[in-house]
Amino acid sequence: MSNLLDLLIAGLATGAIYAIVAVGFTLLWQTSQTINFAQGEFVMLPAFLMLAVMHAGAPFWLAILIGIALSLLLLGLGFKMLLVDPMLRHGVLPLAIATMALAIGIKEAAKQFWSAEASPFPSIIPGGDITIFGRVVALQSIGVLVLAILAVLGLTTLLNRTSIGHQMQAAAQNPTVARIIGVPVERMILLTFLINAFLVALASLLITPIYLAKFSNGEVLGQAAFIAAIVGGFNQVRGAIAGGLLIGVVDNLSAAYVSTQYRAAVPLVLLIAIILFRPQGMLGRPEERTV
Amino acid sequence: MTAAKTLKIGLGIVVIAALIIVPMNFNRYGLFILSQWAVMTIAAMGLNLTLGYAGQVSLAQGAFVGIGAYTAAIMTSNGLPLIGALGVAIVLCFAIGWILGYPALRVQHHYLAFVTLAFSTLAFLVFRNEDWLTKGIYGISNIPRPEIFGYPTRRPLPFYYVCLGSLALVSLAVWWLIRSPWGRAFIALRENPVRALSLGIDTRRYTLMAFAIGSALGGVAGTLYAPLTQYVDPVPFHLSLSLDLLMMVIVGGSGFFFGPFLGAMIAVLLPEWLRFTQGYYLMLYAIAVIGLLIYSPTGILGILDRFISERRTKAASAQRAVAKAKLEVTP
Amino acid sequence: MTAVLEVTNIRKSFGGIAAVNGVSFDVQEGEILGLIGPNGCGKSTLFNCILGQLSPSAGEVKVDGKVVTGMRPSELNGLGVSRTFQLLQVFPKLSVRENLILAGQEHQGNMLSRLLGPSDAGLTEAANQMIGFFKLDHLANEPAGGLSYGQQKLLDAAMAFMGGPRLVLLDEPAGGVNLTMLADLKDRLRAINQEKRATFVVIEHNMEFVMSLCTRVMVMAEGKVLAMGRPDEVRANPAVIEAYLGH
Repeated sequence: MSNLLDLLIAGLATGAIYAIVAVGFTLLWQTSQTINFAQGEFVMLPAFLMLAVMHAGAPFWLAILIGIALSLLLLGLGFKMLLVDPMLRHGVLPLAIATMALAIGIKEAAKQFWSAEASPFPSIIPGGDITIFGRVVALQSIGVLVLAILAVLGLTTLLNRTSIGHQMQAAAQNPTVARIIGVPVERMILLTFLINAFLVALASLLITPIYLAKFSNGEVLGQAAFIAAIVGGFNQVRGAIAGGLLIGVVDNLSAAYVSTQYRAAVPLVLLIAIILFRPQGMLGRPEERTV
Repeated sequence: MTAAKTLKIGLGIVVIAALIIVPMNFNRYGLFILSQWAVMTIAAMGLNLTLGYAGQVSLAQGAFVGIGAYTAAIMTSNGLPLIGALGVAIVLCFAIGWILGYPALRVQHHYLAFVTLAFSTLAFLVFRNEDWLTKGIYGISNIPRPEIFGYPTRRPLPFYYVCLGSLALVSLAVWWLIRSPWGRAFIALRENPVRALSLGIDTRRYTLMAFAIGSALGGVAGTLYAPLTQYVDPVPFHLSLSLDLLMMVIVGGSGFFFGPFLGAMIAVLLPEWLRFTQGYYLMLYAIAVIGLLIYSPTGILGILDRFISERRTKAASAQRAVAKAKLEVTP
Repeated sequence: MTAVLEVTNIRKSFGGIAAVNGVSFDVQEGEILGLIGPNGCGKSTLFNCILGQLSPSAGEVKVDGKVVTGMRPSELNGLGVSRTFQLLQVFPKLSVRENLILAGQEHQGNMLSRLLGPSDAGLTEAANQMIGFFKLDHLANEPAGGLSYGQQKLLDAAMAFMGGPRLVLLDEPAGGVNLTMLADLKDRLRAINQEKRATFVVIEHNMEFVMSLCTRVMVMAEGKVLAMGRPDEVRANPAVIEAYLGH
C-alpha cells in the first residue's frame, strides 16, 4: 500500500511534465492545425541550449534564462515563421510530415553539435528527501509536481481569466468571427507558439535532471505527450492536463505491476482503445465531421 | 505524343539495362546499397498504395517490413525455403494490415497516424521481448540466402539480381493494380469518399484492401531484407523506419507510380554521396525534405507534374487562340 | 403499378431543431418530380436521408417496394439509385472518360473481376456513348478539373447515369449553368427519362427549368410539404405564392 503511494507521487510528477508538453501540443493544434511530431525533440533541445551556455562559462540561472529566450526564438518564432506559415496552406498532413523531418533534424543536430552520450544536467530543485505524513518522499518528485502544477494553473488562468486568453480562445475556435470582432488573430497565434516554446523549455528544465540530457530523449517524451493529448481530448486544454497525469501514473504503475518489458505497451493500448471507442478523448468534444 | 511515348520506352529500357549491367563490377558494398534500394522501394511502393493512392495515413510500414524479415529469418534458419516464408509473410501482413485498417473506417488523418504509430511501437516491443521467437536483442544471425532454380545466390551479385527481379515483379503487379478499376476506386477514396460512396464504391472494403495490400508489400520487402543483411534484430524496425518510409514516399512524390523509386533512391543513396559531410548528412537530409515540402508538398515528381501540366495548358490555350482566330477570319 | 420511391413520414433533427419534419411522398415510374422551396427548408437534408448519407431520426424509405432506410449509399447505388450533389463532385485529376468509367465500374462484375479483368471494366464504349450523349466528345481525354463549370456540371450529371439507374436524385443540376447549356441539360434529362424510363427527383431553384421539365412539383417549407401537384396547379396555389413564389 505504501509502495503504491510512492508510485502515485512519482507518476503524478512525470505526468505533470507530460501534461505541460501535451498542453502545448493541443494549443498548436487548436490555433493552427499543427500536429507537431517534433514536440518531443522540442523538449529535448532546450536542455542542450542551456548546457551549451553553461559550457561557455555562464552560471546556471543565466543559462536557464538564455535557454528559455533561445527556445522562444527558435521553437516559437522560428518554428512558426520558417516552417508552419509556409506549410499551412498545403494542409494538415504535409505539415505533420515536415515536423517529422524537423524532429530528425533537431535530433541529429543535438547528436552532432553536442554528443551522442548522455550528459548530466543540474536540477533547479535541491536533492534530498522530505517527510510528509510520516513518509519519506524525494524532494525532486514533490518539486517537479509543484512547479508543473503552478505552470498549468498559470496557463489556465491566462486562458480563462484574462482578456488575452479569451482572445486566444476566440482565435482558436473561429478565426473568421474573431477577426471581425477585432481580435488580432495573427498575433494570438504567434502567442500560442511562444507559449508552447516556453512550456517545452520548462518541461526540459524539469525532466532532464531525471533522464539526463540525451539526443534521443524526444522519442519517449513526444509519444507520451501525443498519447496524453489524445487520451485526454485533443481539443481541450484541461483534457491534455488530465491525460498527462493519467499517462504518468499508468506508466509508473505498469512498470511496477505489469512487466518492465511491456510497460511501454500499456499507454499505447490505452491510446488505441480511446481512439477506437471515444475518439474525442475523455474530456474532449467530438469534432464535426464534414460531409 | 507518340514521340514522347517512344522516348519514355527508350528511357525505361536504358534504365533497366543499366540496373542489370552497371553493377556487375560493383564491389560488395555497392551491391549491398543497391540491393537495399530495391528492397526499400518495394516497401515504399506498398505505402504509396495506402497513402499516395488511397489517401490513408500509415506510420506502421516499418513494422510490416519487420514482420516480413522475422518471418523469413525464423523460417529459413529452420531450413524452410524462402519462397514459403514469402507466402507466410504476405498472408500474415495482409491479415494484420486488414485489421489495422479498421480504425481507418472510424477515424481519419492524425488519429489514424497515431493508431498506426502505436501499432508500430507495439510491434517493436514484441520483436524485442519475445525471446523464444525472435531471440530478442541478440537477434537472429546466419540467415541463409536462397537458391533460385538451383542457383545459389550467396554471393552479392546474384542476390542483387534476386532483389532487382523481385522489384520488377512487384512493380508490374502494382502497375496492374493501379490501372485496374481498383486503382481508380483508391483514387476516388482519396479525393472524395462521399461522392465515391454515392457511385456505388464500397469505400470500406477498398480502404481495408488498400491497407492490407500496402502492408503485404511491406512484408515482401521484409522477406528480402532478412537474407540481404543475413542478420535480423529489432533495431532497424523501430518507429523511425516507418517515418523514413513515409518520407521516401512523400519526397519522391506520393500518388505517383515512380515516386517510391525516387524517394528510396534519395533516402538510401544520398547518405552515401553525402559521406564527406560525415555525421551531418541526416541533418542536411531533414532540412532538404522540409525545403522540398514547403516548395512542393507532392514531392519531386509533383514539381515535374506541375511543370508538364502548365506547358500543356499553355499549348492548349494557344491552340484555342489559333482556332478562334481562324473562326474570326472565315466568316 | 408500384411506386419507384416511397417516402413515409421522414424526420430529421439536428440538436432539437427539425430540419425535415414528417415528409411523405411517392414517385411513380418514369416521373420527373420537382422539389422546390426556399433555402433551408430541408430539401437537401431530405435527399441525404433518402440516400443514406444521413440516417433519418424517424420514418421509412422504400425503393421498388423494398425498405432501404439506413442502407449505406453504396448499397443503394447497387439497387439502381443514383444522385448528384449541390456542389460539384467530379474527380478533377481523372479524365472525363475515367470519371465516367469510375461511375459505372462497380456495376460490372465483382471485386475479383475488377482486379483481374480489363482496366476499363469493359466500359469504354458505354462511357464514349455517354460522352457523345452529353456532347463532351472534344473533352473526353481532358482532366475533369480543367473543364468549365457548366461542362463539369454536365459531367456530374452524366456520371449519375452511368450505372443505368432506375431512380436519380439531382440536387440543383442547373445551378450556375449558362442558358445555352441549360437548354442542353434539360433536353438530355428529358431524353434519358423517355428512352431509359429513368425516374427523377430534381431539387432546383430555377423555376422556369422546373416548371418546364417536371411532371409533378412538390413544394417544401420549414421541413414540411406545403403543396404537391402539376406545375400549373402549384403555380396557382396561394400558399405557395405566399411562401415562395411571392418574392
